[in-house]
Amino acid sequence: MKAVVVVFPGSNCDRDVAVALARCTGCAPTLVWHGATSLPPCDLVVLPGGFSYGDYLRAGAIAAHSPIMRSVREAAARGIAVLGICNGFQILTETGLLPGALVRNAGLRFVCRPVDLRVEGDSPFLAGFTPGECIRFPVAHMEGNYQTDPETLAGLEAEGRIVLRYVDAEGGVTEAANPNGSVAGIAGITSASRRIFGLMPHPERVIGDELGGSDGRRFFAAVADALA
Amino acid sequence: MSAPTVNDAVRLGLSADEYRQIIAHLGRPPNATELGVFSAMWNEHCSYKSSRRWLRTLPTTGDQVIHGPGENAGVVDVGDGWAVVFKMESHNHPSFIEPYQGAATGVGGILRDVFTMGARPVAILNSLRFGDPDHAKTRHLVGGVVGGIGGYGNCMGIPTVGGECAFDPGYNGNILVNAMAVGLVRRDQIFLANAGQPGNPVLYVGARTGRDGIHGASMASAGFSDGAEARRPTVQIGDPFMEKLLLEACLELMATGVVIGIQDMGAAGLTSSSVEMAARAEVGIRLDLERVPVRDAGMTPLELMLSESQERMLMTLRPGAEADAAAVFQKWGLDAVVIGAVTDTGRLELAMHGAAVADLPIGPLAEGLVYERPTTPLPCSTPVSVPDQQATIDSLLALIGSPNLASRRWIWEQYDHGVMGDTITPPGSDAAVVRIHGTDRALALTADCTPRYCEADPRLGAIQAIAESYRNLSAAGARPLAVTDCLNFGSPEDPVVMGTFKAAVEGLSEACRALGLPIVSGNVSFYNETDNCPIPPTPQVGTVGLIEDVGRTGKMAPSPGTSVLLVGSAEGHLSCSLYARETHGLTEGAPPPVDLDAERRHGEWVREQISGGRADACHDISDGGLAVALAEMCIAAGTGASVRPPDEKLSPACFYFGEDQARYLLAAQSEQVDGLLRAAAKDAIPVRTLGRFGGQELQLASLGSVAVDTLRRRHAGWFPSYMNGTTEGTG
Amino acid sequence: MKAIVHVVLKKDVLDPQGKAVEAALRTLGFGEVAEVRQGKFFEITLDGHRDDASARLDRMCEELLANPVIEDYRITIPDA
Repeated sequence: MKAVVVVFPGSNCDRDVAVALARCTGCAPTLVWHGATSLPPCDLVVLPGGFSYGDYLRAGAIAAHSPIMRSVREAAARGIAVLGICNGFQILTETGLLPGALVRNAGLRFVCRPVDLRVEGDSPFLAGFTPGECIRFPVAHMEGNYQTDPETLAGLEAEGRIVLRYVDAEGGVTEAANPNGSVAGIAGITSASRRIFGLMPHPERVIGDELGGSDGRRFFAAVADALA
Repeated sequence: MSAPTVNDAVRLGLSADEYRQIIAHLGRPPNATELGVFSAMWNEHCSYKSSRRWLRTLPTTGDQVIHGPGENAGVVDVGDGWAVVFKMESHNHPSFIEPYQGAATGVGGILRDVFTMGARPVAILNSLRFGDPDHAKTRHLVGGVVGGIGGYGNCMGIPTVGGECAFDPGYNGNILVNAMAVGLVRRDQIFLANAGQPGNPVLYVGARTGRDGIHGASMASAGFSDGAEARRPTVQIGDPFMEKLLLEACLELMATGVVIGIQDMGAAGLTSSSVEMAARAEVGIRLDLERVPVRDAGMTPLELMLSESQERMLMTLRPGAEADAAAVFQKWGLDAVVIGAVTDTGRLELAMHGAAVADLPIGPLAEGLVYERPTTPLPCSTPVSVPDQQATIDSLLALIGSPNLASRRWIWEQYDHGVMGDTITPPGSDAAVVRIHGTDRALALTADCTPRYCEADPRLGAIQAIAESYRNLSAAGARPLAVTDCLNFGSPEDPVVMGTFKAAVEGLSEACRALGLPIVSGNVSFYNETDNCPIPPTPQVGTVGLIEDVGRTGKMAPSPGTSVLLVGSAEGHLSCSLYARETHGLTEGAPPPVDLDAERRHGEWVREQISGGRADACHDISDGGLAVALAEMCIAAGTGASVRPPDEKLSPACFYFGEDQARYLLAAQSEQVDGLLRAAAKDAIPVRTLGRFGGQELQLASLGSVAVDTLRRRHAGWFPSYMNGTTEGTG
Repeated sequence: MKAIVHVVLKKDVLDPQGKAVEAALRTLGFGEVAEVRQGKFFEITLDGHRDDASARLDRMCEELLANPVIEDYRITIPDA
């Protein structure tokens, strides 16, 4: 699998996700600067976590207008897979490639902790897990509170595009298990085509037991298999 | 503008005698710009004039030391061609005035000290001291400071992995915000703040200059009075996004080999950075101030020289490399302008639109002054007797839910502690552990100082701070390497304060020598006082250790079924303990004695067991004694324990809550226990089996039992409910 | 009655957010943008009508809405 990681000014998980891709898939990705106007040939574009442009104005808002994003939109239209993690998810919603918006956490504070997540649906990005399975990735964000209008939410539910939800230890979607107040416990959604995936948690941070977990390793290995 | 007088000098914080010395150095009276530059360089914050005489007595050398004090940060060899760069610094006054921005810019400043040396920062720690939780301002200050630290470090993408936070009424009017940054650099790619040869261009890089923080360094050199909050215009605003760009651009440019010397513009901004870079190379420097990129129109030469606008760097380049540098900074969208050149005059020459505005000798500016301030000898502290008859399991519950022992999760969940993908042990354990990227080795990091010990006995308190950091690293299985310090005290002009400072430095010195720990960097923060009431002496230390095999990192959470071993002896020292304070309201009395030889031997032994794979878990015993350490291990693992004192020698209070030093709790699989006890006997280390981990209850013979879940809830509860305003400070 | 409060950073205080937005607008081709300052906007509805409303709003700004260390504020009462 050929992957590209886009680096925006203020990205800070670009190296982490590049390391994770190299370690878990055996293929090191190409890093592409936000000012570039074209993408090299690839199977996957990753928009990494961080604080692109300081998250000033709104998280992801200024990055969504970067020169490279025109190419990312075109690639997505051609069916190239796009993965947005944390700030990358925020950029995807600001770009309109995914619906909804990520607003300030309900607790009004940055939150960094491992969260339990339930896998749902048939996304190629989650091919490594069985639907209903509970996995654990950490979150680290100030604006991870997913909100959208009721019609869009109903559409996402009906089309099975809500593929990751915050759950408690028993697998239930509860207020206590929700780190940021997201509607319907949404942690990750896909596009209708299933080729674009945005999630707030960081799979790249749990790629070995020494780091507190290996679910991220399974995630990236299966993404490579599904997209290769 | 008329020439300044001695009264103007005094207004700037100089003494009449210092003003006379300036005239002697110049051979004429200084103009206003020159006087301002001298006042900035000669204040306490930049010149260390009161502390230097004592700092010279600290141990600063060792085989592992690459650069000790005098550079932007200390540099220590960690093998395989890697070096660790680290320093701790205070941002106390700004944080009291504007907690979010004060703390944020404190983090920004200490990060620049580290990446100025060519190192990529890999970890941030902090040490916070707030007033009484019930004090009207405390909650607001905690929220702002924690938000500011997180806001800056999270945006930079550098994990904030550890630190400590304590509450004490002694900090009601003057909180402490000490931040420590740790970076990694290849040994052969270290950059120094040395201007190099005459002819080198001087490049200004980063944010534009505004009127932020003018005379901030002078603010840090004066105490607070009730009107302090009116000093607000000096507060700087941090821009972590700008700093992230500055970090990447500087490291990128450094890799090309065109950078000769580099220094961040911290306290006293352009003044201290240019003077210090020239002084280290024994050269002069000429600056054309109209070239400085500015944010505000009409800034005077002195304002340009003293501005403390954040996220700025000064560097000298190889001549002819200006265009290469400009290209790198342009890519990152940063201003980079040649504003002057290195000269051979040994002078700081400042011009504005071609007109000379200052001409000063670098030597006296940089060397500053050294004062032998009077010191009052301290009275000896003597132990007080603490009632020890009524201890119950409720004493433990009260302690573990008290403001100073309750879980700090509320704080560190607001810090991104996992970014960079190398955090092996996140906050909440004895020491944070961060892997050296791409290797199987790791750094262990800790920040320590027990305020009530230091208040009772500054010398012993300082010794204990070093001993505790040594234990914290040892419990993580790390070999302690070196120390950075941040010495927070009241006014050095007060002989009693100066006496406590001298005693604390002597304590640090004694402990560091005994444990083989050089102090490689640090900061002194004086004038921490409100209305002439100084803070308790606070010699904060940050210590770095090395783990050779990250797979053999000591963990705090024991496996069920393992045996509980006590390393070190139980003497039952309750004087100055947290138990005495929380249970009986006793705040006086001598802290526990520290046997540094025992600290070293016990620490070495514990590390040997951890690296040999014979320890299942390990935790140091400190605040609150054995019972608290045991409870913390149980909470970490979600498992209970059953423990019995080995003899009847001590009362339950003394055994469970005594704060004797040089002690650890070790969890060991049953098949390891005999071997461990034999090894301990051979090495003359006091080690005894106390019981076993397992079950859902913590059972302490002669004290009582409690469900681990109850302990956990009590431990976790205080901080969030205090910050939500649903509980009073005393919980 | 209704009041509108604008809070902006003082003129000489660095406004990182404003600067970033300013640069982004120029990148998008709005070359005429000379400066952007970002601030906060509050719409406050007050019960009834008080003669001292304006003074009370001043206090709200001083005590909570603005941080006088770094921010200025402006109060408008549209139907006053």
